[in-house]
Amino acid sequence: MSGLNIGVLAVQGDVAENIMATKMALEELGLDGIVNEVKTPEQISELDGLVIPGGESTVIGTLSLVNGSLKKIKEKIASGMPVFGVCAGMIMLSKKAKDRVIGEMDQPLLDYLDVKIERNAFGRQKDSFESNISMDKIGISKFQGVFIRAPSILETGKDVEVLSKFNEKIIAVKQGNVIGTSFHPELTGDISMHKYFVNLIKAKH
Amino acid sequence: MIPLSGDLGNSKGVVKEKIGSFDTSRGTSTLKRGFAHMLKNGVVMDVTTVEQAQIAEEAGAVAVMVLDKLPSDVRKAGGVARTASIRIIQEIMDSVTIPVMAKCRIGHVYEAMVLQETNVDMIDESEVLTPADENHHIWKWDFTSPFVNGARNLGEALRRIEEGAAMIRTKGEPGTGNVAEAVIHIKNVNTELRRIKSIYDAGDEQDLISAARELRVSYSLVEETASLGRLPVVNFAAGGISTPADAAYLMTLGCDGVFVGSGIFKADDAKERAQAIVLATTFWEDPDKVKEAQKMIDERQTMLGLDTKNLELKMQERGSTA
Repeated sequence: MSGLNIGVLAVQGDVAENIMATKMALEELGLDGIVNEVKTPEQISELDGLVIPGGESTVIGTLSLVNGSLKKIKEKIASGMPVFGVCAGMIMLSKKAKDRVIGEMDQPLLDYLDVKIERNAFGRQKDSFESNISMDKIGISKFQGVFIRAPSILETGKDVEVLSKFNEKIIAVKQGNVIGTSFHPELTGDISMHKYFVNLIKAKH
Repeated sequence: MIPLSGDLGNSKGVVKEKIGSFDTSRGTSTLKRGFAHMLKNGVVMDVTTVEQAQIAEEAGAVAVMVLDKLPSDVRKAGGVARTASIRIIQEIMDSVTIPVMAKCRIGHVYEAMVLQETNVDMIDESEVLTPADENHHIWKWDFTSPFVNGARNLGEALRRIEEGAAMIRTKGEPGTGNVAEAVIHIKNVNTELRRIKSIYDAGDEQDLISAARELRVSYSLVEETASLGRLPVVNFAAGGISTPADAAYLMTLGCDGVFVGSGIFKADDAKERAQAIVLATTFWEDPDKVKEAQKMIDERQTMLGLDTKNLELKMQERGSTA
């Protein structure tokens, strides 16, 4: 069996940090594979797994629509490819997003995660925060949650598993091979979330 | 993981509080610098009205910067340039979902406090406005909101980081439509970074200490920067960017993204130009895509611009000795 081919969508946002965290996860798990930036539908079609990083979801969505990447990612998700969406990436994966202040949004989305997202749910940058959270269901009991203008999930469909909550707000979910977090594991130096994701890719490979 | 070199740790800007059953911290370096990381490979656009902010968001801007006047108009108007009207900043915050930034005068602690209370996402301590204190920049560790500062060379950049800036941008020469000065500034930073990295790689501590003295910044920050071989915070290009090719060129010089000031809304084809500059910044590695972006604009509608050699006012020199 050949090594895993993992991509980080490199349209906009903190791409380098996700590449580094995923590489470290591969190494710690002792798995053979590569992690690269991907921008084009051709590159995406070759992948075994994809990380959609943090950034601005309106920008990532608009620009992935322009060159056909959005359509290709949708096809790959339908064929079962694991995808990890971080913050803006989780918004991208959802079916519906609204902004806390502006309301309903008409932005390009991947239309997969059966959730209703509230963008900027905790407020603006001054309200961004760090706090320890837990994801017991996937064996991560303590994790440094870094929430930057973070979204949260308001409602979930029946196929969606809730992985973590911050008080009443849902902050991490899983549906099939797709996971999404409101917070930024790639900024913390703790790679347990990226290891969990790489294991999903390995299981599917 | 993002580098936190020069981090002051428990600064006044860090707020600890209990939310429900969770202990939380706000205003940490991870959050401030992390916010800047989310802007990477993006375009921040200067705007003066709600309408311009909405055009910017639709075009794919990663954030907007609110001013009273665009830098080229500030240059023309003369007089004292101050922070923008709070009412307009608030109107813009209520009408777009992307981050909203605003400028305060260099050293003007209370303009910055007012912007923090207004809840803008990032404060630009900017040479475009008339400095309030040329000798002391704001001590930014005291703030919960993150700051971006301009720099013409490595010494300025590191001194601003030492004061707590979470992001750096080149100064360029604002409001001229001329990218030449921004090119000089990023090349200065790159050359000096290469120099301290080679000293670090050679293990010559004595030389690294003299470099720190020259740069007028702490040894530990110089050492960590040298080991990284880049600034420990996100570094954008700014000052005079007017076309998609300008933006793509600065990306090739190692910038993490671009600010566009007068270049968009002083052109007669603002909407197309905003989209084109975003495309060129995203796909800068692909010359064919940058050509397509460049085709979206009309050179006859680019702002006329100014020769930076014969300016009465050099905004870039403001605050540069501190």
